[in-house]
Amino acid sequence: MLGLSRNDFLLLLFVLLLVAAAPMFLNPFPEGSEFAQFNAGYPDLMQRFVIFGIFAIGFNILFGLTGYLSFGHAAFLGAGSYAGVWMLKLLTINVIPAIVVSTLVAGVFSLIIGYISLRRSGIYFSILTLAFAQMSFALAASVLTPITGGETGLQTALHDPRILDGAGSVGGNIPAPSLFGLEMRHSWQVNVGDWLWTFNVGYYLSAFVLMIAFYIAIRIFRSPFGMMLKAVKSNNQRLSYTGISPRPYTLAAFVISGMYAGLAGGLMVAMDPLAGAERMQWTASGEVVLMTILGGVGTLIGPVLGAGLIKYFENIFSKINDNLLHQWFAFMPDGLEDFMVTIIHPFVGKGWHLTLGLMFMLVVIFLPGGLIGGLTGLYNRVFRRRSKAR
Amino acid sequence: MDALEVRGVNKRFGGLQALNDVNLTVEEGRIHAIIGPNGAGKSTLLNCFVGRLTPDSGTVMFHGQNLLGKQPHQINQAGVSRVFQTPEIFSDLTVLENVMIPALAHRDGIFEFNAFKPLRKETDIKQRAIDVLEDLGMEDKVDMMASSMSRGDKRRLEMAMGLVQEPKLLLLDEPTAGMSRADTNNTIDVLRHIGDSRGLTMIIIEHDMHVVFSLADRISVLAQGTVIVEDAPENIKGNVKVQEAYLGGAH
Ligand SMILES: Nc1ncnc2c1ncn2[C@@H]1O[C@H](COP(=O)(O)OP(=O)(O)OP(=O)(O)O)[C@@H](O)[C@H]1O
Ligand SMILES: [Mg+2]
Repeated sequence: MLGLSRNDFLLLLFVLLLVAAAPMFLNPFPEGSEFAQFNAGYPDLMQRFVIFGIFAIGFNILFGLTGYLSFGHAAFLGAGSYAGVWMLKLLTINVIPAIVVSTLVAGVFSLIIGYISLRRSGIYFSILTLAFAQMSFALAASVLTPITGGETGLQTALHDPRILDGAGSVGGNIPAPSLFGLEMRHSWQVNVGDWLWTFNVGYYLSAFVLMIAFYIAIRIFRSPFGMMLKAVKSNNQRLSYTGISPRPYTLAAFVISGMYAGLAGGLMVAMDPLAGAERMQWTASGEVVLMTILGGVGTLIGPVLGAGLIKYFENIFSKINDNLLHQWFAFMPDGLEDFMVTIIHPFVGKGWHLTLGLMFMLVVIFLPGGLIGGLTGLYNRVFRRRSKAR
Repeated sequence: MDALEVRGVNKRFGGLQALNDVNLTVEEGRIHAIIGPNGAGKSTLLNCFVGRLTPDSGTVMFHGQNLLGKQPHQINQAGVSRVFQTPEIFSDLTVLENVMIPALAHRDGIFEFNAFKPLRKETDIKQRAIDVLEDLGMEDKVDMMASSMSRGDKRRLEMAMGLVQEPKLLLLDEPTAGMSRADTNNTIDVLRHIGDSRGLTMIIIEHDMHVVFSLADRISVLAQGTVIVEDAPENIKGNVKVQEAYLGGAH
């Protein structure tokens, strides 16, 4: 169905269910309960889950299939964001042009950077992409201030031209990005018993785009083109003695993954019309690498899982503070309670990086295929199948 | 007609003259064997044909077009396929995929952006790959990961990757090394059959004299980078120079 094999179609369906029901199952704790702060089902975070999911899916098309490790993909995310905000300022507050144009701009930008960086492979390629991204970051923060808003960033303003819909729309407030009048920030809240579910327009738009992005990724993975990309990773040299020129294949993969990054950037500003240079910084590039490796390089769903995990840690795990720890261990004798809190303290709250780092190390050492690779291995062992790899 | 014409090829690695004024003419539709002791420069010579090395001087003409200075993928697209001495396969892919890649390269050229067509709809390509694997007795291994195969099977896979492209010139670098006697004999049959039915031109490097004398229409003997003798197989066996080369070499 949809040109997919049965298994791939089921996977697509599974992801569809997952993102459609996310507002419900990400809020497992009743409102007002002691654990309510671990609920992840609020719009802002859910949007981040799917948007970074898109970013990571695209990154995996380059890194997972060809093995070329880019350390500069945040540059395309940033370029897409700037392009998106400009569309919101110049054309219309409707998010569609912003999302489309940010994808295209990132595509052109990645074509240029990819063309140059792919003259080298291995660590030199990585360094070149890193250098380009840092250059873009520095330029965006300084010389390009008229275009990027410099250090303050670029955002929509009351007197933006918005040539398509600017005339009648302003009522003293800066209009919020919308889809034909349906504002991205608009939510419907539903109370079911003690539980609160929030269904947000922006989230569902991003989730819809994620489904398309995921579907395209599956098609690429299962195509002759995708097989050639895997061959590039496996034995680049041999490919050229087989009559294939590896360069255009890797460049195409680079541009596709750059466009995914731009798409993610465009969605970000559609949710919140603000773009800053820090979005291009190397830490942001590194984050998508971590997401992909954590979830499973070269697996279809791994990057989405990795993105979700890292964003969950960043936003939720980081909220655990000493007060909460004391509450949890209150049943213990005082001395032991203090001891436990002292031990756990460095790993939670601001220490969430430490936990994430440890988890990352464990995955890399014990599960070379990432979490999904590990699960697949377990599944194969349980069902005694021959491992046919991902 | 001459398929391949090699004139005055020299290649030096530092102080070592690996190829010294090599001349070689291979007629179309013939099987030409190159033999010689270890380190004679046989693989180096093939490297010069497929674009892995550029000779210091000399020319390599294939059906009238100069192969020197061309990219490896251009040389392959011109109709020259090579079976490597140390198997160079796509270890992370299945046996079938390993053979489908060269088949796709033969059909689609150096680049084709077919990112939305499902691979499983490429039934023709898949069938061609399976046919070739069947010829080589590997039909039960199509879904295996290439990395998990024995050395002999990897060589047969290499050969399948070359044959599936239906090249005009097939370069075989010790194709039967590491194979069982039965597989070696099967390989001889397959190569002879293809040589007869398609009129494929082949250059085969071999240490196994049984293979050489079963297949070769003509033999060149390479020693220390120079062709010392070129003749029909029946005249090679008793040749004094050849015996000297082998006695003086590693064999
Ligand atoms: N890239 C290289 N750099 C330096 N020396 C090389 C290189 N390739 C080959 N040689 C040397 O050139 C000589 C010829 O090597 P070559 O591999 O062509 O021999 P061969 O005839 O194929 O031997 P064998 O039968 O063992 O495969 C050897 O002495 C080898 O060490
Ligand atoms: Mg050799």
